[in-house]
Amino acid sequence: MLKIDNLHVRVAGREILKGLSLAVQPGEMHAVMGPNGAGKSTLGHVLAGRPGYEVTQGTVEFDGRNLLEMAPEQRAAAGVFLAFQYPVEIPGVNNTYFLRTALNAQRKARGGDELDSMQFLKLVREKLKVMQLSPDLLNRAVNEGFSGGEKKRNEIFQMAVLEPRLAILDETDSGLDIDALRQVAEGVNALRAPDRAFVVITHYQRLLDYIVPDRVHVLADGRIVESGDAGLAQQLEAHGYAWVRERQPAEAGA
Amino acid sequence: MNAVLSPFVQSMHAAAQAARLPGSGIGWLDQARAEALRAFLGRGLPDTRNELWKYTALRTLERRAFAPADPDAATRTLDIDALAPGTRGAARIVFVNGAFRADLSRLDGLPGGVTLAPLSRELAERPEPLRFLLGSRQRDDDAFAWLNLALASDGVILRVAPGVRADPPVHVIHAGADAGGEIAWHARSLIEVGEGARLDLVEHHVGGGAQGHFADLVCEVMLHPRAGLDWTVLQHAAGAMTLLRRSDAQLHDDARLTLHALELGGRLARHEIRATLAGDRARFHGRGAFVLRDRQHGDTELLVEHRGRDTVSDAMWRGVADGRARGVFHGSITVAQGADGADANLSNKNLLLSRSAEIDTRPVLEIHADEVKAAHGATVGQLDENVLFYLRSRGIPEAAARRMLVRAFCAEALAGIEPRLRERCDALLAAVLPGEVLP
Repeated sequence: MLKIDNLHVRVAGREILKGLSLAVQPGEMHAVMGPNGAGKSTLGHVLAGRPGYEVTQGTVEFDGRNLLEMAPEQRAAAGVFLAFQYPVEIPGVNNTYFLRTALNAQRKARGGDELDSMQFLKLVREKLKVMQLSPDLLNRAVNEGFSGGEKKRNEIFQMAVLEPRLAILDETDSGLDIDALRQVAEGVNALRAPDRAFVVITHYQRLLDYIVPDRVHVLADGRIVESGDAGLAQQLEAHGYAWVRERQPAEAGA
Repeated sequence: MNAVLSPFVQSMHAAAQAARLPGSGIGWLDQARAEALRAFLGRGLPDTRNELWKYTALRTLERRAFAPADPDAATRTLDIDALAPGTRGAARIVFVNGAFRADLSRLDGLPGGVTLAPLSRELAERPEPLRFLLGSRQRDDDAFAWLNLALASDGVILRVAPGVRADPPVHVIHAGADAGGEIAWHARSLIEVGEGARLDLVEHHVGGGAQGHFADLVCEVMLHPRAGLDWTVLQHAAGAMTLLRRSDAQLHDDARLTLHALELGGRLARHEIRATLAGDRARFHGRGAFVLRDRQHGDTELLVEHRGRDTVSDAMWRGVADGRARGVFHGSITVAQGADGADANLSNKNLLLSRSAEIDTRPVLEIHADEVKAAHGATVGQLDENVLFYLRSRGIPEAAARRMLVRAFCAEALAGIEPRLRERCDALLAAVLPGEVLP
């Protein structure tokens, strides 16, 4: 589904990713862990198509298509979703209106029918059950005045409505208390499906107690330096990232 | 007087000599008009050394000449219901190219105590009460106000008697239409809300056609003690018109003015709003947005003066410029000596959508009293790239995302408008913003 090969990315003149490779199959849950500054967020942003991220080398294929050539909105329509580490506040744009516009834009881009407001509301009610989010947040401006936890849950709620094929969660666990963390994890687990893959970017292992990954990768200095199963995350928790650095870099990729 | 009169001034001079204005023959009025003409001719058009015209140069206007009026204004066909939806069946007064149109207006059906009439009719029937509106009592230096006084042939006279609640809203519609050539018109209006009375007023500036007409509109608003006015202005006359408007509001003790203005430009569209909080505890609440595009020039001058004690003013304006448009916002708050306890707030945020667009904003605060709370701020910026990326990452195409953000930017200033009018504002905005319309 997703095939990243030898990806090099520069941001503001500095090389952040230095030959990253990663392959993700449908239905899989991948965790990308690593110390601060390793390039974790850069990976999420470059996959979503954020302007200002310059790919100097390497390829990214998504369902056989060259992802790097696509505009952010085309990637979204193709099924790529990034849950932001810092979701932005958009004063004056109603949350429900925003989400319906996004969903309909994606459906239209895929050649499907657009949902009218009744159909959309029905969908939203279903998804609200999955993600415990107060319905009054839907009538507020996007993320405006939301608490940190509400913003993160709103990201997961958007994911539930948009039903992407590949969801990238960029440190969705950071800043969450244990209850919010569990809710986010339940939301993610509810969306696991044979045709949907996840890349969960995280600094800590604790989210992975609730979302059990199929594969765990360690990202350090712009590359995947070690890959393993869920047990790798526990070793990292026990030994710290220094432990990885001391070892010989493992074969890149998975 | 200037040795050589500019084509503009010459054409106005000629119009004044040829005009048979309503009420002519009334001694005090003839005299006031003659004085006003002299004052205008003596001044000529303001130049950019004038603080209120600093960013709006009139050199091009000065070189143009306009025909005095549209002889066919009374018979031009215009679909007012389409230009000002929601006004059919409501109390409304319609002017086409400056001329009152009885056939398109509906002046009856108003609650008792509310009078709505064209100035031309009032001058014919009972001119005396208009002496203070049209007499030579103007004190300031505004050349266009003098010109207006000299040449105003019509306008709105709207009065609400003390204690009367005048809802539903009264609509005032000024429509421009293509004529035989480029013409000029001048309208002078009076809105008077009596003691403890309330009025809902919607002012529409529509049409405009493809011709570069010139319109000079002055509106005086008198709010007696405890009077309340909800005033919404929808200006989308746009087209090629030069539209200069001045609205002067006087607020007496405990009077309240709530103004919402959506201004969608023109070749040159200027609105000078003066709110004078003359009485104690008078309150002005102003919200406005302008959206300019192509080569439009828009100028909003908001001049608030606190004179009474414990007065409150709270103004928030939003400006958007695209293409090669030029926007100007000048927000000035003066707290006069003795206006103790004033609370004044003014904010103006602007958004540039293209590299060639420009907005100049000048907040000015002048305080001569004690125990005053005053805050003001102004910014000019671009759309936030982070927000834009967020919307696009959810599948919203870039043009639609930009559009959504501009609408949201303006919506903050228009949020307080009554819902049906707000929908109308949204539709008007949607029509002028670039990009695809999404459901």
